[in-house]
Amino acid sequence: MLSNQEKMLIVQIWERLTPVAEEIGADALLRMFACFPGSKTYFSHLDISRGSPHLLSLGKKIVLALAEGSKDISQLTVTLAPLQIMHAYQLRIDPTNFKLLSHCMLVALSCHMRDDFTAVAHAAMDKYLSAFAAVLAEKYR
Amino acid sequence: MVEWTDFERATIKDIFSKIEYDVVGPATLARCLVVYPWTQRYFGKFGNLYNAAGIAENAMVSKHGITILHGLDRAVKNMDDIKNTYAELSVLHSEKLHVDPDNFKLLADCLTIVVAARFGNGFTGEVQAAFQKFMAVVVSSLGKQYH
Repeated sequence: MLSNQEKMLIVQIWERLTPVAEEIGADALLRMFACFPGSKTYFSHLDISRGSPHLLSLGKKIVLALAEGSKDISQLTVTLAPLQIMHAYQLRIDPTNFKLLSHCMLVALSCHMRDDFTAVAHAAMDKYLSAFAAVLAEKYR
Repeated sequence: MVEWTDFERATIKDIFSKIEYDVVGPATLARCLVVYPWTQRYFGKFGNLYNAAGIAENAMVSKHGITILHGLDRAVKNMDDIKNTYAELSVLHSEKLHVDPDNFKLLADCLTIVVAARFGNGFTGEVQAAFQKFMAVVVSSLGKQYH
């Protein structure tokens, strides 16, 4: 359950990070690959080493999708419909991995924003990422 | 037995030698109580936990946060036998404090994020992996004596 204040905070954070979407997204992914090696199995067809164009492009897509979704959280099911279909029928990434990436995204945000990533911002963002992941997995079965 | 690489050992010692316990401890416990409010169930006697500001200013939370963080010192010093190092603490958390062991992971995640903020870009993916592996062993050991 997100309060209006929390929704605003989430929008502000993603607005602030959109210019560095590639950097943040790639950082979160690299952290996930380092901490949870099983997650790498979904990317065996790509070069996901630090600095690779694949990694940067993927990272950017993810952050931009998170930013877009945050603009109207009540409409997540509509905004994410194409991504829902892609993840359910094409990518078929086990949803446990969404939690792993969410955690690594929070760590990436903390490293980047440092003291600005307050407990309140952390709580709001954790809730948003959980909601996002839940919607993403909705069409799996 | 847990196998630690030289990098992992060095990383853990390095992190714990550099963090300010009286900042990181309080910040971590406070963050846990804010991000996972149901954890407040264990702190009924701590007074004002009504909002983030109240939690951040709460002297009992700060003091307890420091206690918890220092509790990790023994694991840092005994990385090769964390399970036995924490046997007694595990019994305490189970029999006396009745803490659901799932909460240990929540606190560990909050600690990771607080440490990340302290170190910024120095908290690389590899450092994070080592830190999370250490905390996972701590969490597992604390839950070991539950029955």
